[in-house]
This record gives sequence, structure tokens and C-alpha cells, in this order.
Amino acid sequence: MSAPLIEMRGITKSFGAVKANEAVDLAVAPGEILGLLGENGAGKTTLMNVLFGAYAPDAGEILVGGRPVAIHNSADALAAGIGMVHQHFHLAPRLTVLENLLIGIPGKSGRIDRAGGLARLKEIGRQHGLSLDPDLPVSALSVGEQQRLEIIKALFRGAKLLILDEPTAVLAPSEVDGLFAALRSMAAQGLGIIFISHKLNEVRALTHRCVVLRHGKVAGRVDHPAGTTSAEMAKLMCGHEIVPPAKGESTPGASVLTLDGISTSGHAGTTLREVSLFVRSGEILGIAGVSGNGQRALADVISGMLSPDTGTMTIAGKAVAQFSPRELQALGLGRIPEDRMTTGLVTNLPLADSMVLPRIGTEAFSRKGLLNPAAIRAFAEAQIKAYDIRCPGPMVRAGALSGGNLQKALLARELAFDPKVLIVSQPTRGLDIGAARFIHEKFMVMRGKGCGIIVISEDLEEMLMLSDRIAVMYEGRIAGTLFGADATVARLGLMMTGAEGRS
Amino acid sequence: MSAVFEQIFQVGFLAAIIRIATPLAFATLGEMFSERAGVLNLGIEGIMLLSAMAGFTAASLSGSLWLGVLVAVLVGALMGALHALFTVALGLSQHVCGIGVTLFCSGLAYFLYRLIFGQQSVPPSIKGFQPVPIPLLSDIPILGPAVFNQFTLVYLAIIAIPLAAFVLYRTPWGLSVRMVGENPRAADSAGVSVIATRFQAVILGGALMGLAGAFLTMAQFNAFTFGVVSGRGWVAIALVVFGRWDPWRSAGAALLFAFVDALQLRMQASGLGHIPYEAFLMLPFIFTIVAMAFMSRNAVAPSALLKPFRREER
Ligand SMILES: Nc1ncnc2c1ncn2[C@@H]1O[C@H](COP(=O)(O)OP(=O)(O)OP(=O)(O)O)[C@@H](O)[C@H]1O
Ligand SMILES: [Mg+2]
Repeated sequence: MSAPLIEMRGITKSFGAVKANEAVDLAVAPGEILGLLGENGAGKTTLMNVLFGAYAPDAGEILVGGRPVAIHNSADALAAGIGMVHQHFHLAPRLTVLENLLIGIPGKSGRIDRAGGLARLKEIGRQHGLSLDPDLPVSALSVGEQQRLEIIKALFRGAKLLILDEPTAVLAPSEVDGLFAALRSMAAQGLGIIFISHKLNEVRALTHRCVVLRHGKVAGRVDHPAGTTSAEMAKLMCGHEIVPPAKGESTPGASVLTLDGISTSGHAGTTLREVSLFVRSGEILGIAGVSGNGQRALADVISGMLSPDTGTMTIAGKAVAQFSPRELQALGLGRIPEDRMTTGLVTNLPLADSMVLPRIGTEAFSRKGLLNPAAIRAFAEAQIKAYDIRCPGPMVRAGALSGGNLQKALLARELAFDPKVLIVSQPTRGLDIGAARFIHEKFMVMRGKGCGIIVISEDLEEMLMLSDRIAVMYEGRIAGTLFGADATVARLGLMMTGAEGRS
Repeated sequence: MSAVFEQIFQVGFLAAIIRIATPLAFATLGEMFSERAGVLNLGIEGIMLLSAMAGFTAASLSGSLWLGVLVAVLVGALMGALHALFTVALGLSQHVCGIGVTLFCSGLAYFLYRLIFGQQSVPPSIKGFQPVPIPLLSDIPILGPAVFNQFTLVYLAIIAIPLAAFVLYRTPWGLSVRMVGENPRAADSAGVSVIATRFQAVILGGALMGLAGAFLTMAQFNAFTFGVVSGRGWVAIALVVFGRWDPWRSAGAALLFAFVDALQLRMQASGLGHIPYEAFLMLPFIFTIVAMAFMSRNAVAPSALLKPFRREER
């Protein structure tokens, strides 16, 4: 190994009682792609935020080119040649691409250096094959393009080390290939890259070396990721073997949710056109499709956030008269939205309050219009235990939880009330394999108990493993439905592009 | 109606619009800078009053109007810094602190004024700024005498508008201001100090509010009374929304408000005397409310407005 570009030594960082990082050592050489692995809440993001100067470590030092440097803020990190693409993007949607690039860059004779910025953008485009229209507002970019902008932003400032925190969690499979090609080219030109992902096959395909964190400490290192199996890596991460959940036999019963000729209009994104589908009790229906083909609208209609123009919906035999989340909940619907932060849990409330919010008016949690804090707390504590939600306690702000733990909390909340129908969007996005496995198991248990589950996901492997039937969405319609046993990745892929339809 | 129409194109009427618009323009630009950086400054009403008082006092004691202006600007900047201390450095509620600043500044202005000038039956006045005609330009018919035969502070306001737009849209600092108002985390990770940028924007805003106060007591009324600001600060807050947080539009909004205000003054004076004058006084405010209701529907505030920034929180 050549001399390290960047080295972290003995990094320790606590948030209150939680030790997010403990004596972590890590080094990256020029041209090296280092994988950083670990369960949800293992401390990966925290460690990278320390490196990038967003968090001050309690102990430890950072060396750049063999010399210790003090990194107090992001400006210091940028000056030391460290760039970071955050898990949640750091962009201003209403400013243009170029403005987002030029922020914090000194101007030329008091003005923003537009010409210089454009030239630099072109150069990066030539060097790494990354380009964007400089005058588009960021809000007009797709998620993949926003990520490209974040990468360009780091290169723009002359980053020699690029940190990517779960970059593939938000990408469609085709976009992942493009990202990997760009990252490989950057590494070939001598950049160091730290890559965080929960998808072990990606890690094995891309990285040269891996560091595995567990409970904030280095649990192990992998020197040849390509020659190591996912199972071995998973064992390092979790400390035990991960076995895929058994898909027990289940005989579907009567339909618990039926959509008949649902069409929508007047909302952002793809509208629904004459969508009809049904889910029976004890059955998992997968909704596959390239994102942006109406999945969002479908989820919104089923969860009562959007009223369709035409068509009817029935839950457990009762026609839905009024589309509102509360109404549908009363009929027995549980939902886990895609965006956990804004429509899922209230990030500024204590976790316990957030976990009972949809049922806060029910007798279990309030009496005569007054809340029953003891009951709320007890409920939250029980769920935290049952679902192994890693957090300091039920009164912590929900926003302080790591992504995976947030998802577990949501799942706990919805499943605790035995819904007849459950709709989930991207259930395991951003989750480590242990947590994903755990959630898949819960789905299987619910299925066995007679719940009808709709899973909207872009992850085809997950879709194939879970679903009894798979419906493919294309341009706001159901392009076709396959039985789980007939479905293959290739076949689904073809239907997702609108090439084949079948019922 | 044609009589009203004729009046509009009178020199005196146009000049009145410009004069009424000037303090509003300063105040609106000041509030705009603050809000673009993500800080609502409800202290504006009080800051204008205290600056008006301080400027007037300095001018009447020293005999120098420009010293008065300087004092007003400094007092405005200082009060801006006070608001920033609470809302930016300490991250307290912008609503509560803003109202607190207004109450504090108003109280302080009344108190100091009484302390310095005592109780007088006729409020002391000064010889305020005099119009300075600009050679050549002031010879243009109608527009010349209305716009180019004005106080120096009016010219300053006219220059301040494009200057504010230039600073906001063309300079690195302006970009930082917009970024910390939209997504402070993005600014922070680009190496821009969110706290410093917000402080600077709120202080600049306060200085502009101070300038607005100075205009009231040293050019418009040439005296200080407790009602000298009379809601102009609150109006400026509405005008910023109306102007969609943009310097040009905000200044345009100020001009429009001034037009309606000048119009109601004329209507009060003209033959429509059987209507109580309060009805006319309401006119500009009704106009603001209606205009706001229509215009602000698709106006989008800076995303991070009202949100304090704390580094290690997520
Ligand atoms: N700003 C914060 N305030 C309080 N606690 C925090 C904060 N950031 C992280 N933590 C805690 O520190 C621990 C590590 O979190 P971190 O986000 O680094 O995990 P992660 O490995 O990135 O997980 P994930 O894979 O879910 O993104 C967690 O227990 C989390 O709750
Ligand atoms: Mg993370």
C-alpha cells in the first residue's frame, strides 16, 4: 500500500450517553476505494462527519499526507482536500446548479466568478464524464442528477478524497452503473474514495478494501472484498450469521383491498390511469417499476393522502367514502411511507409521542381528552425492546435516530395495531442486512396472520423474495401482473420498460 | 375620476410618492436582507423608531444632519446585532425576540427622548435636509422636478435598490446570504459560516432600517414624535412578502404602497370631505392586505426562514 492520503487515528465521538465512535483507526491511499460497512447506527455517518469537520471529535487525530491537521469545520476539511456527499443532500433547491457550486468560493474583483465557474465545470465534465446544465435550478434535477452535482461540488473544490454516504440508496439500478463507472475513473486518476453502502454485492464489486464498524468500534477489516462472500461480511457487521427468512406456505383468503379503475389528476408527478388491483389476506403483492411511474400517487391514494378522480377502493369489504388517513386507518390500513422524515415520524417530537401519533386519540393513550404519558411511554419502551430500536430512550428526539432505527420505529408503530392491509414504500432503503432481514421476517409473520401487504420497491431482489404476486407499473398504469414463481429479474426488467404487458 | 387622474401627473404628487416611498424602500430592503438570510426581524418597527430618535437627537445637538444620519445607521446596526445575538447566536424564537426588540427599542426611544428634551408643548424641530436638484436631469419636464429635485437620502435610496440586487445576486457574499436562508447545512458544508453570514445580513438590515428612521425625522418631518414611524415597519414586512424577497420587486412594492398612500392624502384634502378621514387612512393598508392576499399565494419564503441553525443537530 502506498502512503495514506488521509489517516484517522483513535477517533472517539459521543452524543450524550451514546458512543457513536470509539477509538476508530482508518486510512485511505490515493487511488483506493475504501468500503465503510456497519449496521444502522454503527457510527459510519458520524465518523465521516468528523472527518469532514461537521462534528468535533472528543478524541483522536486526523492526518493528511502524513501530517496532523486540525479540522474544525467544513472549510478546513475542504482546504485539506476532503469532499463529502451526504446521505441527505446539502443543496439549495431554489438556487441554480452553478450557484450551488460557487457557494463559499471567493469571487473575482468582488463579483461571483461565473466565467471561472463555467470553465471549471467543463473541465470536470471532460476529466470525469460528469456534466450538468449550470443554469437549471436544483429543484428541476432528478435525484441522480442532484447526487452528480454533489460529486461535482466536491471535485470543484479540488477534493483529493471523496466521501460518499450511501450514494446508491437513492439511485435506480441503471444509475448505479453510471455512478460506479465515474467512481472507478476518479480512483484511476489518483483520488481516494470512501464508499458507504448496505448493499454488500455493490461493496464487493466496487471497493478495494473495507473497514467494518460495529457499535462504534472497528469490528474487522476486509482486504479482498471481491474474494469475500456477502455472508462473511454480514457476519462481521452483525456479529452473527444472517439467514434468509423462510417463506412459509400461505393460502390467500378473501380480498382485503381492491382498487377499481382509479385515476388521478392535479398532483405533482405521474398520475394514475385506470389502475385496478387487489390484495388478498395472507398475500404479499409487490409493486415493481422504475421510480416515477406512478408509485408515489398509488401509495398516496391507498394511504388516503390523495383522492382519486374516478374509481373505487374497498378495504375489507367496505367501500372507502372519504379519502383521509384517519378514515382509512379506522378501516384497518397501516402504512409506512417512503419519506420517513417528513410524512413518517415527526422528527422534532420525542420518539414515544411520534410512535403513537396516529392513534393518539384512542383510549389506549388518552382519557377524556387528556394524554396518558405513562401509557405512551410504556408502549414506546415495549416496542423499542421488541424491535431492537437502538436509541438512548423513548424520550429522545426522533430525528436523532439513524435511518435504520427510524424505519424500525415506524414499522413497530404500524404493526402494533394488527392492520388488515399494510402498504409500505421502499421498506428497506438504507437499512443494513440484519435490519432488512428483520423487517422481511415481520412481513412474513404478518402474512401468516392474514394481513394483506403491498410492497412498493425498486429493489428487484427484495421484490422477488417477498412477493406472491408482482404488479409492474409503467406510466401510471399497471403494465402487467406476474405470479411470484413466474417472475425473474430479466422479465420484470423488460416489463418495467413497457416492452411487455401481461396479466 | 379624471380630476384624480390629472392630479397623478402633477409634479407635487409624483414628488410626494417618491418621498413616502423612500423610508419604506430602505426599511423593506433591510428586512429583505435579513429574511433572505433566514432571519425574520420583527424588531424593525422599534429599530426604526429608536434610530429616528437617536438621529434626530444627534443632529439637533450637534447641528450636523449627516452626523445624525450616521448615528441612526449605527444605532440600527447595533439593534440588528442585538436581534442576531438572540436569534442567530442563541437560536431563540425569531418572533418572540423580534417583538422584544421592538418593545425594548420603543421604550428606550421614549425614555431617552423625555430625558433629553423634557416635556415640551411644541416638540422641538430641526432644519432638515433640503432638496438638492441634480443639474440637467432636474430640467426634464414633470419627472425632473419630481425625482431629481429631492433630498440626497432619496437619491441614496434610488441607488440602494440596484446595489442591493447586485450584492444579493452577483457577489459571493450575496450568494452566501441566499444559501444560508435556503439551506444552512449546505452553506456550512461548503465552508461558509452560517452564523457569521446571518449576523452580517441582520446587521446590514438593521443599518438600512436605521436609514429609514433617519429619513423620517431629518427629511420628512424634521421633528421626532412618538408616532413618527406609525406602522411603517410592519408595512415593510408585508412589502417584503409582496415583493417576493427580491430587491427590485420589494422596492416596486414600496413604490406602489407609496402611490396609494399619496393618493389617499390627496383624497383627504380634496372635496371628498364628507367621508371621515380615517376611511382614507385605511386605504393603503387595505391595499396591502388585498395585494398580499393575491401576490403571496405563489410567493415562496426562503426555506430556512425562522429556523435557527445548530451544527451538530440533525
Ligand atoms: N446529531 C446526533 N445527535 C444525537 N445522536 C446522534 C447524532 N448523530 C448520530 N447519533 C447517534 O449516533 C449513533 C451512530 O449514528 P450514525 O448516523 O453515525 O450511524 P450510521 O452508521 O451512519 O447508521 P445508518 O446506516 O443508519 O446511516 C446512533 O446511535 C445515532 O442515534
Ligand atoms: Mg448513516
